[in-house]
Amino acid sequence: MSPSGTTPTGTAVAAAPAAARIVYRRPATLSDVSTHYCPGCGHGIIHRLLAEVLDELGLAGRTIAVAPVGCAVFAYDYLRLDFVEAPHGRAPAVATGIRRVRPDAFVLAYQGDGDLAAIGTAEIVHAASRGEAITDIFVNNGIYGMTGGQMAPTTLLGQRTTSTPTGRDARLAGYPLPITEMLALLPGVAYAARGSIADPGRIGKTKAMIRRACEVQAEGRGFAIVEVLSTCPVGWGMTPREAATYLADVVPATYPTGVILDRGKTASAARADR
Amino acid sequence: MTVGVASHPHLAAPAERVLMKGNEAIGEAAIQAGCDAYFGYPITPQAELLEWMARRMPELGRTFIQAESELAAINMALGASAAGARVLVSSSSPGMSLMAEAMSYMAGSEVPVLLVNVMRGGPGLGSIGPAQGDYFQATKGHGHGDYRVPVLAPASIAEAISLVADGFELAERYRTPVILLADGILGQAMEPVDGRFRTLPPRSDDWSLSGADGRAPRVVRSLHLRPEDLEAHNEHLQAKFREIADHEVRWVGEQLDDAELAIVAYGTAARVARTAIARAREVGLRVGLVRPVSLWPFPSAALERLAPNVRGFLVVELSAGQLVEDVRLAVEGRAPVFFHGRTGGMVPSPGEVLDALRRAYSLTAARSPDDALPDEADPVGLIEAAEWRRFLAGCRHVDRSDGSET
Repeated sequence: MSPSGTTPTGTAVAAAPAAARIVYRRPATLSDVSTHYCPGCGHGIIHRLLAEVLDELGLAGRTIAVAPVGCAVFAYDYLRLDFVEAPHGRAPAVATGIRRVRPDAFVLAYQGDGDLAAIGTAEIVHAASRGEAITDIFVNNGIYGMTGGQMAPTTLLGQRTTSTPTGRDARLAGYPLPITEMLALLPGVAYAARGSIADPGRIGKTKAMIRRACEVQAEGRGFAIVEVLSTCPVGWGMTPREAATYLADVVPATYPTGVILDRGKTASAARADR
Repeated sequence: MTVGVASHPHLAAPAERVLMKGNEAIGEAAIQAGCDAYFGYPITPQAELLEWMARRMPELGRTFIQAESELAAINMALGASAAGARVLVSSSSPGMSLMAEAMSYMAGSEVPVLLVNVMRGGPGLGSIGPAQGDYFQATKGHGHGDYRVPVLAPASIAEAISLVADGFELAERYRTPVILLADGILGQAMEPVDGRFRTLPPRSDDWSLSGADGRAPRVVRSLHLRPEDLEAHNEHLQAKFREIADHEVRWVGEQLDDAELAIVAYGTAARVARTAIARAREVGLRVGLVRPVSLWPFPSAALERLAPNVRGFLVVELSAGQLVEDVRLAVEGRAPVFFHGRTGGMVPSPGEVLDALRRAYSLTAARSPDDALPDEADPVGLIEAAEWRRFLAGCRHVDRSDGSET
């Protein structure tokens, strides 16, 4: 609207108000409470995307979800779903047990990068290798947030954390682990993608990835994982705005976003998605 | 493998006596009791149990997974049981150590499971021979935090079969993990069983996860970050443990009416003790047997009642002395508690136990520490004259080397 308030739209509104139309609302699966997450943290956005997708696909009522150890253990306070807590890193094994005895359930695991890519590497690799029909949302913020900002296997080279105070040095602490690409090598994996919550455009693409990862399970194709690059301003020692900029400009050099594998599509179509 | 036995899937019907290997009998008992899912990992001496389930569960349309580790197996069990299934997991000692983490989570979030430990020699990789060195781990240990789990110890394959169904019932009634504590001999031996397996009604509850359609979401959790909340949760758990301790003690007494000495032993050690007691009675020694079947809750009251009526107790174990601590706690100095044990996969012979009984008789006949046999006279070396000295000294601790009190 122009400052004068005389644009056609403004005039029309003043002359004959259109009936109010809700274009954006809280998904039914997202609880109407404030989260405990820090300002600028990505978990809230990712919870919302998940809630939107589960509601759109009508899956929430038959979902059994597994909460990780880490900041997102409280996902069950925000997502109105049946939940079980897993020990640190064991969510894919817990989800496997659910999967096998509840063939009609939609089985969801939500894990952080310390949980999935460090202590739980055996469980994620073998759940994926067995091709368990599980959808795993893997939130990668490159750090252990809950314990105070220590190095994760996904921490970028040179990135400062409380356990790499002079920056991650490959000679001492190895390299960032590209575990989603590693999992995409396994025949049991039906879908693998990496999204980001750096800006609205990437958030929209990430939602499409989560939706596809849920559809893949519903189609019985196998294991599906969406890695979501996210922020931890407190752990990174940044303001929320700085963290968003870092996520948009720095992180993708190590972790490119896009669909890595979609066995439901042709190989060429999957490549075109990238 | 005892082929042909449970390849007839109608063992629930009365059958003639059949010969079954312990590991396979435990697996079949779980199947007949209505086990929905089994998760395991190969380890000697329980591998036949995993193999039995690998064959039987799929043919019944039930869940079997050979997991990538014991860690994964027990966490699969956590998920399956949280989703309402009746779940069996089995392993042997080193694998049980790996399951310790999830045991704590399952106790904390009150998720039932029946866990079979076919014990082998330890510590570390130890040996694949039979042992009872995991008594502490089973009754007081595994994971972190304040919790207990019921531990059932069979002394025969037939008893193992009945304790499998009992174990599922306990697990589901009290929402708790339950351990069936066997050893390499019970797992590997074959014994005649009568082929009658108990079948339980399907599991039902009002807390497990099925999807929140049409009801409020359910959360199975052990995290309670507010101290007030966690303390309240712990009080709830402790009340449950007291209820189990009040109602679920199991033990068997044999030939105790006229006994001057009582052997306390469970599992395979109790079998050896039984033979030794028969020989002792042939030579006029009046010996009876107290056989704990529930190792937790422990039959403390029974031992406390018995203590004034016997000259002493002899604890026999396939360990360096673990059960003996609970016996001493129960007896509280009312009678001397001697110990004889072997480790490493070695099993005490009935002759050894008879020698230990003779020595216990000799010690308890002595009026003072000086009259007691010197340690060198102990043919096995594991019965402590020091225990008798302690008892005579009125439970004051007496140093072994110079007799001075400490």
